[in-house]
Parts: sequence; structure tokens; C-alpha cells
Amino acid sequence: MFRLKNKLLAPIAGVGILLGGAVSAADFTACQVTDTGGIDDNSFNQTAWKGVLDAQEKLGIGGRFLESQAETDYEANIVSLLGGQCDVIITVGFLLGDATKAAAEANPDQKFSIVDYAYDPAIPNILGQVYATDEAAFMAGYLSAGMTETGILGTFGGINIPPVTIFMDGFVHGVNYHNAQKGTSVTVLGWDVESREGLFTNNFDSLDDGRAYAQNLYDEGADIVLPVAGPVGLGSAALADELGVDKLKIIGVDADLYLTDPAKQHVYLTSITKRMDATVLSVIEAALEGTFEGGLLVGTLANGGVDLAPFHDMDAMVSDELKQELDDIRQGIIDGSISVGD
Amino acid sequence: MNEQTEKFSEKLLQRAAPGRVEFEDMVVVPLFAVIVALILGAFAMLATDVDLATIGRSYIALVVGSVGSVSAISETLTAATPLVLASLGMAVGFRAGLFNIGAEGQLLIGGMAAVVVGFNFAGMPAYFHLPLALLAGAIAGGLYAGIAGWLRAATGAHEVISTIMLNLMSYLLVDYILSLPVVQREGRADPISKSVLDSAELPRLLEWIDPNLRLHSGLFVMLAAVAFVYWLLFKTTFGFEFRASGANPEAARYAGMRSGLIIVIVMAFAGAMAGLAGANQTLGVLGRATPGFSAGIGFDAIAIALLGRSHPVGVLMAGLLFGALEAGGRQMQVDAGVSVDLIAIIQALIIVFIAAPLLVRKIFPWGFQKKARAGKE
Repeated sequence: MFRLKNKLLAPIAGVGILLGGAVSAADFTACQVTDTGGIDDNSFNQTAWKGVLDAQEKLGIGGRFLESQAETDYEANIVSLLGGQCDVIITVGFLLGDATKAAAEANPDQKFSIVDYAYDPAIPNILGQVYATDEAAFMAGYLSAGMTETGILGTFGGINIPPVTIFMDGFVHGVNYHNAQKGTSVTVLGWDVESREGLFTNNFDSLDDGRAYAQNLYDEGADIVLPVAGPVGLGSAALADELGVDKLKIIGVDADLYLTDPAKQHVYLTSITKRMDATVLSVIEAALEGTFEGGLLVGTLANGGVDLAPFHDMDAMVSDELKQELDDIRQGIIDGSISVGD
Repeated sequence: MNEQTEKFSEKLLQRAAPGRVEFEDMVVVPLFAVIVALILGAFAMLATDVDLATIGRSYIALVVGSVGSVSAISETLTAATPLVLASLGMAVGFRAGLFNIGAEGQLLIGGMAAVVVGFNFAGMPAYFHLPLALLAGAIAGGLYAGIAGWLRAATGAHEVISTIMLNLMSYLLVDYILSLPVVQREGRADPISKSVLDSAELPRLLEWIDPNLRLHSGLFVMLAAVAFVYWLLFKTTFGFEFRASGANPEAARYAGMRSGLIIVIVMAFAGAMAGLAGANQTLGVLGRATPGFSAGIGFDAIAIALLGRSHPVGVLMAGLLFGALEAGGRQMQVDAGVSVDLIAIIQALIIVFIAAPLLVRKIFPWGFQKKARAGKE
């Protein structure tokens, strides 16, 4: 027991010496608070955490995370990271917006960054990271409309909040664009752009819901489903795996799920990637270099902040013509000739 | 009451009240259970490739994060308050022989009612608004649990089944209520309520030390509830009737107690306590309601009532322990990078050992008096 204690004290003493010296990358700690999906959700939180891991590797900083198990944990988790141990606190998700704002206003010297939330007016010590996800989702919608055999597509969300519905908006508009260009009549179940209502699981953690919602959409004829709910979509992938990919395909969100969900990788037609890892890394770089300031960081198709993942195993199923059209649409969105909204 | 029934009641009371030798069951068994759970927790960490130094560091973090600083104690108490409140209701239910699994749902309904009162009535003074919001929470929780009590008393439907079903209904009911225009926050499409007005918020207690300290005056509500439940259970006729019907429903009925009415009252009281726990969360911690604000407190409350042997003081202690585990578990994750799920494992292990006192006695034979053991068997 005594030997164990000595072992424990040694690193603590070491840290004490380091703190006395100049601030270097090794002293810099980036802390992250997840939402209820958890750090290993294969999509949303995991992608953001990858940004911290990349920074650890590239810049030699320290990283810590705290998982929220319930919505009541948000504030508690942020509070337990205060007190000078974190150089920047990154909160992941729109739902942490209120808690992050309260903590940032009570602690004006602490740097914060939040994924998926833009404060208006901006708060000087919060850097928001937001994404034009509808640009990539538009391409996914166009692709799905070109791929569907039943003429029916499905989507559902986690919670009816802007960073979720922006995927669904882009997807529906992409499908409508395909209908207008090609004279098809593909429909999307699960989201009504006009009334702002649709299918929502009202959580970001139940794989059972993901399965049930995909099953409902499949029963209504959908053969491609876009779940926008973090790990909930893994339940949909399990269903697609059982039914067979010729009957049901899934479009991943946030990360390239072909890579992050290797067990079910064959069910993903593509993924709408949201490069939170890249923006988190640049936030950490800014904080480390002293150029950090409150405001907004926007990821777009043009700067690679959002994108459509490769088709991987399904590459052969997508016709060269469709691929060419998607490339044209990408160019059109970037140069502004195609609007992803109404 | 005439002399004869009084005599009979006394005898009944002796049977219903826990004996003096139960000190071992009340204190020694839980203590050992916690120790064994921590040791087994270390093995669980070892099995998941955590090295010894990290395990040591994580247990140090567990202590530091729960009692090691003002902020840690504030977090422990903040986490313990709703747990103790909900668990008090559970304990009264156990005493009366009712297994109320529905605290989670009652907590949600109570918390919702408190929020609705909390964001309405602008201009009402705090000394009236806050008690009103708390009362609304207690009443709503009580009524919701009363449904299960009435079903049991009137039709014999078992409260375990009906409260589980009421839980499931409450989840969707809360989703629905939060999407009503009169409740939903302006400019939001997701289920989130308007913010509770300042006059209905449980004031924070330690903001003068550090604005990040979250401890709020729900603590006093909780302590008052502990005292009230003690008085109710052990100093009133009502409490005696509760315990009598729990110990022997037939005897209680023959003694002239109206068992049906008692079931409804006990369930409603348990629901009121859970409702207060919900109000405590929405008025004290969050200042609003979202679908997940119950956070499993209603289920943890069952474990705490078991751990506290359904005694108000025991419940207080067990609730503080669970609050400490929650606050310390957070620190454990920050300092040692150990998953917070481990805390759930330790909590579960504690329950296993509490539920199996004979196992604990086998493991630690030297911790118990031989005589008491022989006497019991």
C-alpha cells in the first residue's frame, strides 16, 4: 500500500514542478463534456472527441472528457471542470447551450467552445462551432433519390433542434431537386419542411428506438433511411443488417460510419460527415497560440467542414452518371449556383 | 379505542417495529457491503486493463470529489437531495408493504407541475410562489401515484405492474406536455419548457462563496421531509397503521384498520415525496423541464430505501452515500479517465450485498457477534 502511495505521489509532485515553469503544450489541457450519447457513440460525440485526440497527438496537449448520463449532468459536469484545470472546455451539442452560457458568464476568464450552438449576441469567451450540414445532406438526398427503388425515402431525428433538422432540410431539398431535374416523384417520410414537424425519438441514446423507427419507415415502403440521432442510428443499422441491404440502406451522419461502425459497415450507402474533429482541433490550436476569441467557426462544403463520405462497398451500385451529377452539384453548391434551401 | 384493542395494538407494534439486535443489519452489513463493492470495483477495473496506479488514483478522486472540498460537498448534497426525497416515499411504501416502482414517473409528473406553476404567476412574491410550486409538485406526484394505489385497493391490480405502466405513460405525457404551446419555450421546436421565474426558484445557498456552487435550499426541504417521515412513521397513529398493514395486512384488517384507504394514502404520500424530488430538480437544479430530467433518480431511490432499511435516518445516510458516489464518480472520470459506468457497477454491487446479508456475514465472520447470529437463527 505504501509503495502504491509513493507511485501516486511522484506524478503529482511532477505536475507541481511543471506548473511553476512556463506554459507549454504539455501543460495545456482541453476538456470535453459529451451529451447523453456518450463518448463512444460512433458518431457525434466520438467525432468531436477525435479532435481532442488529434490535438494530443499533434500538439502534445492533455485531454480529458466527462460523459453526461442525463440532462441534469450538463451543468454539474461543466462545473466540475472549472477551477483552472482546463485551458479550454468544449461542450458537445446544442442541448448544452444554456448550461455553457451560464458557466461562461459566471467564469469570464475560462475559455469555452460549443459544438452546434451560435449565441446571438456572441459571448466573448465562447467560440461556437456550427456547420452548413444541409449542403452535404442535399447531396445525400439527391443520391438517395437516384438510388431508391420504391420511390420512398425515410428520415427521423433525435430531438427537434436546428442542428438535427438542418440535416433533414438539406436531405428533403436534395430529393426535391432530383424530382425537379429528373421528373421523378420520390417522397421523403419523417420530415415536413414547411410545418417543421416530423419523426423524433426525443432522445440521443436509445438504440431500440432507432430500430423501431427504421422499422416503421421500412413498413411504409422506405428503402433508404437517414437517422439523424447519433448512436440511435446504430439500431437502424442493425435492422438493415437483418433485412439485407437490398431491402434497406442507411445513411450515416456526423462521422463516416463505414469506418467507425465496422461491424455493420456494409449497410451504409454513404455518410453525411460533419468534421467536428477538424473544428475542435482548430479551436485548441487557437487557444494554444493565444489567438482564441469568442464568435463562430462555420464548417461548409467549401472548407471541408461538411462532406459526403465515399460509397465504399456500394461504390459499384452507384452509376457513373449519378456520380458525375453529384460532382456537378458539389461545384454548384460551392460556387452558389445551386441553393440548398427553398 | 378501548382497552382490549390497545393491548392488541401494542403487541402488534412490537412485531412491526425492528428489534434492537438489528444494529448489525442496519450498520455493519451496509458498511461491509460498501467495502466489498469497492474492492470488487477495483477488480472490475483491473479486468478492463486499468493499471493499479490509476485504480488508486480513481479511488482518491472518488473521495476528493465527494467530500474533499466545499465544491465537492456542495455537489454531493445537490445530488443527494432528490435521491433522499424520492427514497423517503419509497421507504414509507416498503413499511406499508407496497412496492412502488413508479417514483420515476411520479417525479416527472411532479416536476412538470412545479415548472408550470413556476413559470406562471409573474409578480407573485417568492414567499408565496415557491411554496406553491413545491406544493403543486407534491400534489401532482401524489395524485399520479394515487392512481396505482386506487387500482390496487379497488381492483387488486398489483402496484408493481401498474406503477411500471404509469412510468411508461409519464415519459410520453411529459413529451406531450412539453410540446404544448403554453408550456414550450418560445422559439424552440424541441421539448423544453419555459424558464422558471426567479420567484419560484429554490435559492442557491453558497453563491456568496463561489457562483459555481450549485447547492440550493432544496436541502432544507429534504431535511424537513426526513424529520416529517420519522414523525409520521413512529409517532402517529397513521404511521402505526402503515407499518401494521405492512407487517401483517390480515391482522391490521381485523384490528379495524381500513386497508384499502391506507394503500391509497401510502401510495399518494410516496408519490408526493417523488413529486417533491422532481420539483427540487426543476426548481432548484435546472430552472426548466426537458424530457430527461428524472435521470433515473426514481430507480436509484428504490436501492437507497433498501440500503437505508426503510428508516428515515437510514435513507438519509444511504442517499448521502449515493450522492457522494455520483459527485465523486464525476471527479473519478476527470482525474483518472475511468468510465463513469464503473460507479453504476459499484452501486449495483452494494445493493447485491445489502440484499444478501448472509453472504456478507459469511465473508466477514469476525465482524459479527456469534451470539446475535445464533439468537437470530
